[in-house]
Amino acid sequence: MTTQARRNGHPPQPAVTSSANEDGGSILTRVLRGVAEQAQRRIPRADLDERDPDFIRERLPLMWLIASIWFRGEVRGLGNVPDSGPVLLVGNHSGGNLTPDTIVFTLAFNAYFGVERAFYQLAHNLVLAMPALGSLRKFGTVAASPQNARNALESGAALLVYPGGDYEVHRPSWQRNRVDFDRRKGFIRLALEQEVPIVPVVSIGGQETALFLSRGDRLARLLALDRMFRLKVLPISIAAPWILNIGDMLGHVPLPAKITIETLPAIDLRAEFGPDPDLDEVYDHIIRLMQDTLDALAAERRLPIIG
Amino acid sequence: MRVSAQIHVSAPPSLVWEVISDPTRQLGYMSGITRWEVVGEQPTGLGARYRMLLRVGSAEVGGLIELVEFVEPREIAWTSVTGVDQRGRWRLREASDGRTRVELRLAYGVAGSGLGGWVAEHVAAPIVTGHLRRTVQQLKRTVEAEQVRARAAARRTAQSA
Repeated sequence: MTTQARRNGHPPQPAVTSSANEDGGSILTRVLRGVAEQAQRRIPRADLDERDPDFIRERLPLMWLIASIWFRGEVRGLGNVPDSGPVLLVGNHSGGNLTPDTIVFTLAFNAYFGVERAFYQLAHNLVLAMPALGSLRKFGTVAASPQNARNALESGAALLVYPGGDYEVHRPSWQRNRVDFDRRKGFIRLALEQEVPIVPVVSIGGQETALFLSRGDRLARLLALDRMFRLKVLPISIAAPWILNIGDMLGHVPLPAKITIETLPAIDLRAEFGPDPDLDEVYDHIIRLMQDTLDALAAERRLPIIG
Repeated sequence: MRVSAQIHVSAPPSLVWEVISDPTRQLGYMSGITRWEVVGEQPTGLGARYRMLLRVGSAEVGGLIELVEFVEPREIAWTSVTGVDQRGRWRLREASDGRTRVELRLAYGVAGSGLGGWVAEHVAAPIVTGHLRRTVQQLKRTVEAEQVRARAAARRTAQSA
């Protein structure tokens, strides 16, 4: 497991040390640990070279159909992304494990800049471990880790990250118009270390593709999912076709909510915040910018789902 | 998928040609076009390259194109170098009464995209056709308005002389 974790760019994970496991653990915990080990084995090797421009190009029409007909996607401001060179795209994340904002944005980015421009997206390990989603690697999706992010930017690529990750993507539907990165600031350190601009990407509509009831973060801690799977949540939602959807591990059929995405002007952190920027100040600034944009997008929206 | 649009412009082909062959004017009359930039040193003529994007549904599609025919004042044809596969053509023909018949054709698709690509091409066809129709209508308005202004300016010059 440690070797696998290193292969995917993650530092070795500490062993599970909950009290339930010290004395052998309950049956449920042992089952979960077994599933965790299986899932870890399934996580593919993080290899930037797996991105396949021809594969992406051939799939763009199908993505266009899904994005245009089902989600009526609208992506604005892609001209704000620098035309070349490494750039860190930072998005708010919505819609559960099958994130429609990523589908719509990936299509728009590849169509706008061409599949020839290297573009990677960081995703949770478990997303990449799902058998049906193996082809995501060909789209440039790699396991979310600081090392993979560094590798992508050092190669000169555009990199899309969702700092809020599983915490934000499963927030309750009544918080749908809130940007919530859970104070995670790794993306700022990454941008400073790699000296790349940050381009905020704000999306709306994803959290209307199901009725998200709770993150289930207490339940996740209770079951030690955070230590075994790096999962801080066990989301509970009402979603097709499961009705009551716990965990969202098998995904769901998203409701056809209109997805609107706005790309904001690039931020050069050292130019705007000085040679040694304060992480909290930068974080607050970016969150405020993104929240203001999300509020404006929400004000445009007349009805949930319909947009 | 191949789509086209035609229109008659009340102006000679040379005036229509001035507009369609000028890369700085494409954003002004071409419907759905969000980008039209010269790539390289050559702004127009055979071999000129442009980076163009057309809004279709939820994406701006296009890429790098190159002019492969440039016959003044009759034909301009282009083909894609990167991005969505496309071939386009402007055809100008002199019609009766000093008018010009203008035809704009576009063939597009993505080779190897299978059934999804076939469906997408057909779903996109009405949107692309709409852009082409509005483009030729806006071209007609632009050229005819310029002609009226040019004639008025000539009249004023003649009167003042």
